[in-house]
Amino acid sequence: MSDDRHLDGNSLGGLLYDLFGHDMTADVGRCANCGATNPLGATRVYLDAPGYVIRCPACQGVLMVVVETPRTRRVSFELLRWVDIGIE
Amino acid sequence: MAGTAVRRRLSWSTAEVVELIDENPRVRSIVLTCPGWEGHSPGQHVDIRLTAEDGYQAQRSYSLAEPADGERVVITVELVRDGEVSTFLVEELRVGDVIELRGPIGRYFVWEPSHGGPLQLIGGGSGVVPLMAILRHRVREGDQTPVRYLSSARTNDDLLYRVELDDLSNTDPGITVVLTLTRSHPPEWDGPTRRIDREMLEEYAWPADENPLCFVCGPTGFVETVSSTLVDMGYDPGRVKTERFGPTGDTR
Repeated sequence: MSDDRHLDGNSLGGLLYDLFGHDMTADVGRCANCGATNPLGATRVYLDAPGYVIRCPACQGVLMVVVETPRTRRVSFELLRWVDIGIE
Repeated sequence: MAGTAVRRRLSWSTAEVVELIDENPRVRSIVLTCPGWEGHSPGQHVDIRLTAEDGYQAQRSYSLAEPADGERVVITVELVRDGEVSTFLVEELRVGDVIELRGPIGRYFVWEPSHGGPLQLIGGGSGVVPLMAILRHRVREGDQTPVRYLSSARTNDDLLYRVELDDLSNTDPGITVVLTLTRSHPPEWDGPTRRIDREMLEEYAWPADENPLCFVCGPTGFVETVSSTLVDMGYDPGRVKTERFGPTGDTR
């Protein structure tokens, strides 16, 4: 899938900080589909679905989805096997 | 902060506009004073939030254009057609206005002198903003890391920071600047006049065997093309850092 529609995980730095209380952009996560490990800042982000879809830059598998509603933000962990959250 | 488990909020704060610099008719740098600003690394961005009288809010991310300097925070904003935030920031904002921002954000697309080099900076359009912050930081810190800066713009008027770049490349032997114009160019233009392609990267970028540390920023298509070409040329993918903004582009 090569297209011009996506941004990258850097652009969700503020949202991820809101959700996890930490700047996640340099934290490395592993894709359960292809095994690639990448910093979340290097993932692909699609904004044209309802919510934010974060995909693996290697295989395009969906790692994580965040959907905002008036009262909650639902975070779905899909293929994000793990993420190493740095200690500051 | 090691060992603590305090969940910190990335809170919004207010910043006052102290200076507006028109870089060209569509791009403006906004100098803000942000009380309590704790500094940042070049390459990081801030989120800007505007609130209308009826409570409607719109939020966008903008790269910081200058390295940390006390409470001074500078962003460079390109006017995006129908962009509700950029239109306000470029055309309506006045000195003395107060806007909301939060940050700094981002630990991936950042450079500090301790990260070393040689540095390869490649920008398309207003994607040069975080690259300029990196270059300015390298100069201000008196760091000697060799830098090659390659940027692409449509026309001469679209080139950002032209005077400063010329000055740096003329006075600092460690800095090489190459600018390419893709749509039109003045008669006296002696630089390249096409999009950045493999041939241009082979001519002007560091050879892969120098193991350069590379930062690529621009529209999504530009970043895809340049970064995949660099990897094809043998660049270490782990040392090619990218930052994209969308084709509709109101996100930086």
